[in-house]
Amino acid sequence: MSELLLSILRIGFLIALWWFVLTVVSVLRRDLQAPRDAKPLTPARTSKRPSPRPTLRSRKTATKLVIVEGALTGTVIPLGSVPIIIGRAPDATVVLDDDFVSTHHARLTPNGNHWIVEDLGSTNGTWIDRTRVSAPTVLRPGTQLRIGRTSMELNT
Amino acid sequence: MSQTLSRYRVSTRRSAELALLVGAWLIGVFAWILVDANTGDGSLGGWTSLISAGMLLLIAHGVVRWQAPYADPLLLPSVAALNMLGLAMIHRLDAADAQRAASNGSPQPTPDVYLQLTWMLVGLVAFMLVLSFVSDHRRLQRFTFTAGFAGIALLFLPLLPVIGNEVNGARLWISFLGFTFQPGELAKVALTIFFAGFLVTRRHSLALVHRKIFGLGVPRAKDVGPLLLVWLAALLVLILERDLGTSLLLFGLFIVMLYVATGRRSWVIIGGLLLTVGGALAYQAFGHVQIRFNVWLHPFDDPTGNGFQIVQSLYGLANGGIFGTGWGQGYPQLVPFSKTDFITSALGEELGLMGLIAILLLFAIVVERGARAAIATRDPFGNLLAIGLTTAIGIQTFIVVGGVTRLVPLTGLTTPFLSYGGSSLVANYIIIAILIRISNAARAPEITDAQLVMRQEAASQ
Repeated sequence: MSELLLSILRIGFLIALWWFVLTVVSVLRRDLQAPRDAKPLTPARTSKRPSPRPTLRSRKTATKLVIVEGALTGTVIPLGSVPIIIGRAPDATVVLDDDFVSTHHARLTPNGNHWIVEDLGSTNGTWIDRTRVSAPTVLRPGTQLRIGRTSMELNT
Repeated sequence: MSQTLSRYRVSTRRSAELALLVGAWLIGVFAWILVDANTGDGSLGGWTSLISAGMLLLIAHGVVRWQAPYADPLLLPSVAALNMLGLAMIHRLDAADAQRAASNGSPQPTPDVYLQLTWMLVGLVAFMLVLSFVSDHRRLQRFTFTAGFAGIALLFLPLLPVIGNEVNGARLWISFLGFTFQPGELAKVALTIFFAGFLVTRRHSLALVHRKIFGLGVPRAKDVGPLLLVWLAALLVLILERDLGTSLLLFGLFIVMLYVATGRRSWVIIGGLLLTVGGALAYQAFGHVQIRFNVWLHPFDDPTGNGFQIVQSLYGLANGGIFGTGWGQGYPQLVPFSKTDFITSALGEELGLMGLIAILLLFAIVVERGARAAIATRDPFGNLLAIGLTTAIGIQTFIVVGGVTRLVPLTGLTTPFLSYGGSSLVANYIIIAILIRISNAARAPEITDAQLVMRQEAASQ
């Protein structure tokens, strides 16, 4: 084969190889731009923080749980008439992505006008203000419920 | 955070995979034709090999379509391109061997490329079997300790008296019914499964900080145990089998997985210290480690003896320059072990810096896709397994390419998918199968609530 043809083929192969690699990269790029099926939850920051000391013994049932500290600060979870589970598992009602939170960490159960906190055998405990929850305890609005690095409180 | 996710129509991108796979095959065919044209061997055997390789890749693609329809579309074509390039280079070196035998008047050696093609078949069958039988990667977690024991057993199998085989001072092979196999390659896969299963259950206690020293959280003494065990195992491999590469790979892999599982930098620093201590001990104790190290620092002190291999490799790379000599136009056969450990230097000589960068980019793409599967998958075991397997390919490529180009001391390891050697090819295809399985789980749309209810009703009836 002639010298010229050899050089052309030599460079031609490199071009083919690079064309392949760049095609792969372009598919990769399109893939990155495709909509993700799971979007990270952006905390809906409330402009004003919930008042730190609402009436201690409110007669009204709390209707929402507000996260006041931690990665999800400002997130408001509406409360209904069903129990909610807080934990790291994807099936928990409130998912806290925190190494100090157990898979199913704690449960909040409505009981009449109150919400009852129950620890579900977590590793690092569920705390109301400074006390560790060892038995089902009534969570009063305005007291802080602490789980891992997150604090939350009930709000009407 | 109730999981109300907006659902998009998910494109499976299988057609892109098929198109890229054909492209990868064509690259291999192009390379093969150039080799034949430049070495003057136009045997028809080449075409049957190429067509059977293409058929195999097509069947593998079919199995992906059937078993993992949402899988990542780039993993298979990237490794297929690497495999095809490896085949072409082994074919080219076969031609050089044949020429040398002809000029010496010695009998013609059997070409290695057909055996490598057989191993490609075995590797792709293993790929399809893993993809078909492991329908959910989380099932592998059940085999955590089985995989651990199997991994250790495989690792130390070459030490057994009858089947163990010592080649060039390293005891890494077993012979069985006339086949030689390097069980350490499969041990890599088994141990990654073990590390993932082990770390996923213990990462919380491993993440605990005992006290702070120089602003660095130090883990509790009793949690350091597993790290020390792996360190000892890696040292044992080094001492008993004289295998620098595998021990480095295993230990590096474990540190990366430990870091990913716990997110604590202190583990990386402790691991780095252990590596330094182990390396220093090995340097003091073993002649072969000293030789490797000295050859790395001063290759031209003994260019015809210990430094011969690395010096030839460097000359080869220099001869290739930026655009390479072209297929069949260089002298890669002058480097000892150019089909196995030094195949990257052979490719670097004939394809040049541009070709070598393209090849390294293909490895980078495999690593990126693996890491993406690891990030996107929803279960912690899958996260760790995917990042572990990806890291295994990444570290191995780094160690061997770094060794050949004299960036790090030379350690004998195969280049994934490129090198001649069946065990490595089979093990790496199994790794890609598991990564494809995990990426399928990560990219598949979630089952809608309605579907779930329907399923439950169907199950209860």
